[in-house]
Amino acid sequence: MSTLAIRKTEPAAGTTPGTAQGPPLRRRIALIPTVTLLLGALYCLLPVAWVVIASTKSGNELFSTFTFLPGTGFAENLSDLNAYRDGVYWQWMGNSALYAILGALLSTVVSSFAGYALATYRFRGRETMFNVLLAGVLMPPVILAIPQYLLLAKADLTDSYWSVLLPQILSPYGVYLSRIYAAAAVPADVVEAGRMDGASEWRIFTRIALPMMVPGLVTVFLFQFVAIWNNFLLPYIMLSDDEKFPITLGLHTLLEQGANTPALYTLVITGAFLAVIPLVALFLVIQRFWSLDLLSGAVKS
Amino acid sequence: MPNTKRRRLFRGAATAVALTLGGTALAACGSDEGDGEAGSGPVSLTYWTWTPGMDKVVDLWNKGPGKKDRITVTVKKQASGDTLVTKILTAHKAGKAPDLVQAEYQALPTLVSNDALADISGEVGGAKEKFAEGVWQQTTLGTDAVYAVPQDIGPMMFYYREDLFQQYGLKVPTTWEQFAETARALKKKAPDKDLTTFSANDSGLFAGLAQQAGAKWWTTQGEQWKVGINDPATQKVAEFWGGLVEEGAIDNQPMYTPAWNKALNTGKQIAWVSAVWAPGTLTTAAPDTKGKWAMAPLPQWSTGENVTGSWGGSSTAVTTDSKHKEAAAKFAAWLNTDGEALNALAKESGIYPASTAAQLSGAFTKSPEYFANQADFYTKAAEIAQTTAPSAWGPNVNVAYTAFKDAFGSAAKNKSDFTAALDTMQEATVADLKKQGFEVSE
Repeated sequence: MSTLAIRKTEPAAGTTPGTAQGPPLRRRIALIPTVTLLLGALYCLLPVAWVVIASTKSGNELFSTFTFLPGTGFAENLSDLNAYRDGVYWQWMGNSALYAILGALLSTVVSSFAGYALATYRFRGRETMFNVLLAGVLMPPVILAIPQYLLLAKADLTDSYWSVLLPQILSPYGVYLSRIYAAAAVPADVVEAGRMDGASEWRIFTRIALPMMVPGLVTVFLFQFVAIWNNFLLPYIMLSDDEKFPITLGLHTLLEQGANTPALYTLVITGAFLAVIPLVALFLVIQRFWSLDLLSGAVKS
Repeated sequence: MPNTKRRRLFRGAATAVALTLGGTALAACGSDEGDGEAGSGPVSLTYWTWTPGMDKVVDLWNKGPGKKDRITVTVKKQASGDTLVTKILTAHKAGKAPDLVQAEYQALPTLVSNDALADISGEVGGAKEKFAEGVWQQTTLGTDAVYAVPQDIGPMMFYYREDLFQQYGLKVPTTWEQFAETARALKKKAPDKDLTTFSANDSGLFAGLAQQAGAKWWTTQGEQWKVGINDPATQKVAEFWGGLVEEGAIDNQPMYTPAWNKALNTGKQIAWVSAVWAPGTLTTAAPDTKGKWAMAPLPQWSTGENVTGSWGGSSTAVTTDSKHKEAAAKFAAWLNTDGEALNALAKESGIYPASTAAQLSGAFTKSPEYFANQADFYTKAAEIAQTTAPSAWGPNVNVAYTAFKDAFGSAAKNKSDFTAALDTMQEATVADLKKQGFEVSE
């Protein structure tokens, strides 16, 4: 940086900034963007508010009282949900947690390996591989559910925990993100320095590169966690035993009970409300990892 | 032999019908792996069903007749709807469909045309007498084969607010003409109220109404399918409801929405054309009006007639993937004809049985709680059930239903021509049948 530039903007001695050169520019509120953002926030938050309020309503109040008037049935809804088929809801919740935590962890590990390798090593077919991955990013996972089912059926793995976990471990988007992040956060010089000091490639990766990649990997983990938690079609096709259902499928079966049985609206709404809590909690807890300076690198330029 | 011909009609064009979900086309892989009867050793069967409380009913089998025959059934509870048909067909492609599945009547042709259901006429043919003819016919698809055992049915009825009918001096309509008059009379007396609504979000209702009028949507002619969705009978029904919507005599908002629940609960809508399972729906939709409703037969197209349509209902079928078809068929017959099983089904699952004997026994000797004011509810229901018109389902009911929702949904909203919507539905259905490789006669 040039010192000249600094001098230029420095106020003359003896004056206090903001008085000699007139009042500081008042920050003008940009009206249109603000309104747009507020509307967007409203659009996103209204359904959440609806779920929260509706979960407090008893069956009689649900459709008869004002939409945003809290009801009196929350405790009753909770105990009904608890009692429904001997608490199968909590089984679904546990399954969802298992699929999401384990799946996201494994997926993050695989993504970090693949992303680091693609970013650091030069080898033949690297670009092709990366392009194929990019194509994978563009492919909606929904399309793959049925082929994956047929594939796992060959291996006799359908209707097992693995059938939901395995297909979600390899996430093209996760690998893509890891590669981009590793390329930006792990400078080639650092890797080179590690090699000079005689560290093995494994050691360089785990001791030097991995800590640098943490903020990016947290993002991958979160994305995968949310994707698996909300996934519907894959477990729907794979699983037939409702003891292995994740929460999305479980709530669906509560809604679709056949024409002659009323949908269990209060249970579904309360269940949906409870199912959102872990996601919100996760975001609040993990958020602080993002505040790490994205470029807290070891190299000065 | 017309029979073998008909069967070829279903089997010949086995294509990936319902893989629309994933949008993937898969080559049909024939998986006819002999019956492989496993002697008399213990047999274990899986059963996909959405009926709540079915596990408790199946427990009765596992502890009773099943224990004796060493046939154990495991319930795997599923969500109902068209997506379950897709799931069954996907599993069938992999040769992994469960032994037993619950299937709605209108889904049977789809499943049969994909070769997913086994012919169990040998095992359950004797049960025929236990069901009304129009009900049993739905499981044979007009052939000599039997593809399922009827479980529950949904004969259609007319539900109305007894107190409000009295208050406004309305008579319960016995013909559709009177129904229209009643709607107009109510509009005059209470302009802010509606007799009912025409809803386009459940195709089963319209299909049932057309069925009552004598429509046959899918029929076969030799080797070809004939689609009669815009036949004169259905046109009559479409024009009737379209006219009422256009003149504003009835509402045009969809049902099963919070607004609809509210309209029923507050008496803004005072009648509902529905089926035997309505008490359950009304219990959640309109809890405050309990005991104020009454049920009557559906209005007729001409005086002296006595016909109803059906809306809903399902059956128990055995899949071709099952390695123990005989045992599975035995269970399916027990579940839907045995007195103890049917009693438990009524008690645990709240279904209205297809078996005629069960319609007046056990749980059905007393009115549903919501209709405590109408002591003869189930006697009347059983009489109405006997008058169910035969139905005619084809291999792409789901496509016709989707077309109905789209075309009639916008027609009802814009109060525009219902017959044009009907033509759209016909065209979409024919086009899809052709695309699937079925021969269609025009």
